[in-house]
Parts: sequence; C-alpha cells; structure tokens
Amino acid sequence: MKEHFNSVIRRIPKWALYMVAALYPAWLLYNGLTGGLGIDPVKAMEHALGKVGLQLIVLGLIITPLRSLTGVSLLPLRRVIGVVAFFYILLHFVVWLVLDVQILAQIWADILKRPYVTVGMAGLLMLLPLAATSNNRSVRKLGPRWRKLHKLTYPAALLGVIHYLMQSRGFQYEPLLYVVVVFGLVAWRFVPRRRAGSRVG
Amino acid sequence: GLGLAAIAPKAQAAADLTPSEYDVITQYNNFYEFGTDKGDPAKHAHRLTTKPWTVTIDGMVDNPGDYAFDDIISKMTIEERIYRFRCVEAWSMVVPWNGFELKDLLDLAGVQSSAKYVAFETLYRPEEMIGQQRPFLDWPYVEGLRLDEANHPLTIMATGIYGKDIPKQNGAPLRLVVPWKYGFKSIKSIVRITLTDKEPPTSWNKAIASEYGFYSNVNPEVSHPRWSQASERPIGGGLFTKRIPTLMFNGYEDEVAGLYEGMDLAKNF
Repeated sequence: MKEHFNSVIRRIPKWALYMVAALYPAWLLYNGLTGGLGIDPVKAMEHALGKVGLQLIVLGLIITPLRSLTGVSLLPLRRVIGVVAFFYILLHFVVWLVLDVQILAQIWADILKRPYVTVGMAGLLMLLPLAATSNNRSVRKLGPRWRKLHKLTYPAALLGVIHYLMQSRGFQYEPLLYVVVVFGLVAWRFVPRRRAGSRVG
Repeated sequence: GLGLAAIAPKAQAAADLTPSEYDVITQYNNFYEFGTDKGDPAKHAHRLTTKPWTVTIDGMVDNPGDYAFDDIISKMTIEERIYRFRCVEAWSMVVPWNGFELKDLLDLAGVQSSAKYVAFETLYRPEEMIGQQRPFLDWPYVEGLRLDEANHPLTIMATGIYGKDIPKQNGAPLRLVVPWKYGFKSIKSIVRITLTDKEPPTSWNKAIASEYGFYSNVNPEVSHPRWSQASERPIGGGLFTKRIPTLMFNGYEDEVAGLYEGMDLAKNF
C-alpha cells in the first residue's frame, strides 16, 4: 500500500506539476479582471498568493517528518513544491509592489520602516539562493553543501509566518496557527531522535 | 424606510464626491462582531435581531433612560450626507449616508455642563454576533468622542445608506459616522451612549495602544506604525485602481481643524 503510493508519487511527471501550478496565478488574474475576486481584487490576489506560498512551504516541511513517521514519501515532489512556493511568494511581492503600494518612493520606506514588510522581504531574499540552485546541475555541483544551503528554508519559513502574524489586526487565530505549525515543524528537525537512520533533513 | 422617506435635500460637505457602488459599501466591511474577513459581516450579519432596538442614554444627562429606536427616529430629521470614508488600513470609499446629527439626540437627552466626553457601546449578543464568540477584541466594542467632536455638525448617527435602511453589516439600526476620523471610530449597532467627564476607553486603543489613539483623526503625515497613511486605495475600482493622496482630516480640514488648535496631532494620534 505504502510502497504503491510512493511509487505513484515517484512517477508523477514534474512538468505536469509545474503546468498545474502555473494555472493558479493565471486563474487569479482572470478572476481579478472579471470581478471573480470580490470587491478588493488587489488584496484578494496578494493574500491568496502569499498564503498558498506559505502552505506549500509548510507542505515541504512536512515531507521529512511524514516519511520518518509513516514511511509515506513525498520526497520526489519536494523540489517542485519549493520552486512553486518561491514563484507564488515572488508574485505575492510583485502584486504588493505594483498593484498595492504603487508609489516607488514609498516602497523603500515601507521595506525599511515597517517591520512586517522587512521580515517578509528578508524571508523572500532567503528563498532567492534556494530557487537559483533548484536545478540538477547545482545539486551535483554543490554536493553536500546543497543540503546545507537548503536549510535556509527553515529561517525563511519562520520569517514567512511571523510576517503573516505581524500584518494581522487584532487577535486572530489563523496566522497564529501557521506560526505554531511552522515552529513545530522546524523544531522537529532539532529534536534528537533515537530511531536509527533518521536524521536532520 | 428610515432612509428615503425622510431625506432632506441638504447634503453637507458633499462637494464633488461620487458615491461608491451600493455593493461595495455593503459587501466590504470591517465589523469584527461578525468575523475578521471583509466579507464576513455581509455573510453573517443576517442573524442579528434589530427590532426592537433600544438605546440607553445615561451618565451626565438630564433625561437618562432607555430610548426606543422608533421614538428617536420620529423626533429626528433624517438627511443625506455624502462623506468620504477612510479606513485606518489605508483604503477608502464614499458613502451616501442617511442620518441625523448626533447633537440633536444629545440635546434630547439634555447634556449636563459637567460632561466632557461621550462614550458609545455596541450590542453584545454573541449568539447572534458570532465574531463575539472569539476574543478578537475585548467585547463589547466601545468608542468615544470629546463632547465638542460629538456636537460637531458633521458628526451624524446613520440609519440608512442610499436611501435604504442601513444594512446589518454596516451597523444597523443605528451607527455613528465621524467622517474626519478613521472608520473604526464610527461605532456600529449602538445600544448605549454615556455622557462622562473622563476620556472613555476605546476598543482598538485597549487592544494596541501604540497603534490606535483616542483621537484617530485621519492624518496623512502621521504614519501607522506598520504602514504609511500618506495615500489610500479607493475600493471598488478593480485591479488597477490608482492610489490617491490622503487628505488632512479626510478632506474636512476647514470644518474641523479648529477643534484641535494647539494640539500636537503626532502625540494625540
């Protein structure tokens, strides 16, 4: 059963996943232009891209614990998930920049002066080297350093959920839930385990 | 019909404002009593019972007591006021309110000379206002004005929008509208008005004092700690709506600047 599932996962063509992933921003844009995103399509698009990006990062962080706890392995999909998460978060930033803030002079002021923007930007910057080294050549070239570099996902994910929490007004459950889940998933990496074969990753 | 039936032609400070569409005004709301998403109030406010409705007016007044909503309305002159509406979150719309001047209601209650402030309270009924089942804020929602702000002719109690009874998601049956202040000052679904000599507590100030002051006048020069207030996004224009500069006192500077003469507005934000 488990083996069957894992082999199905292995056989999913990556290009198909990228195609499906590209549909979502296109769907958002189409709906934003035709009134399908409600009264405030700018915020709807901005928040949807940010949140789905964050959800993909959470999914990426779940893969290792899921595998070591259940044997179910989504590992073959991890790089696709990471790359798609990066592009969604990049688009989240572009929508914020172009459609929301608009005024260029204000953008630098916002990035430097508004802590939640600073935190979000820092998270996005950390994803840049990860996205740039997400090709097979980089994996081969960097060797063991690739794994090390890609641990930047942990601080980036933490910054992402803190960014989400900081921009909410008042006491809200959803961003707090994200913070707890991501802190938990990152902390899991640093808890020593007795089981042989499991390691930080 | 508390709206169209009694509209007077006077539309103060309307200038050349184009009202936002009815759907924009009634489908995009911050009313945490029904949830924190902008669409939640329109989705959940139908549960609210607004008939009968009583407003308790107490504190430093000559005629304290419970005022039935219908009795209040029968004594007030309803007129249309087309006002800019500027949220502290840096979005804005234009709303054609129907309502009466708060001063007229305060006169009915007979404000005593010792009173300096007016405190307002929203209904607390968590079984109908489902957002109150969660601690988004310290319920019930409370707001306050200085007495001279409350008595200002621009300050109204709204009972309608576009000539129709005010929808529940917009604060039925009776809400405050103070057009030169950020939207959260304009407290909705009011059940109590208390005249007092002390500055009353206000909900957002209690929640995060560093971000939300008692005055909360619209001011493009005083940033919110987490974002600039220099410009705003008009809601309802679609994906490519241009930001517009925010006006001092939301464009009502000529009418209200005198209320704050000599005050440091950066300190008293």
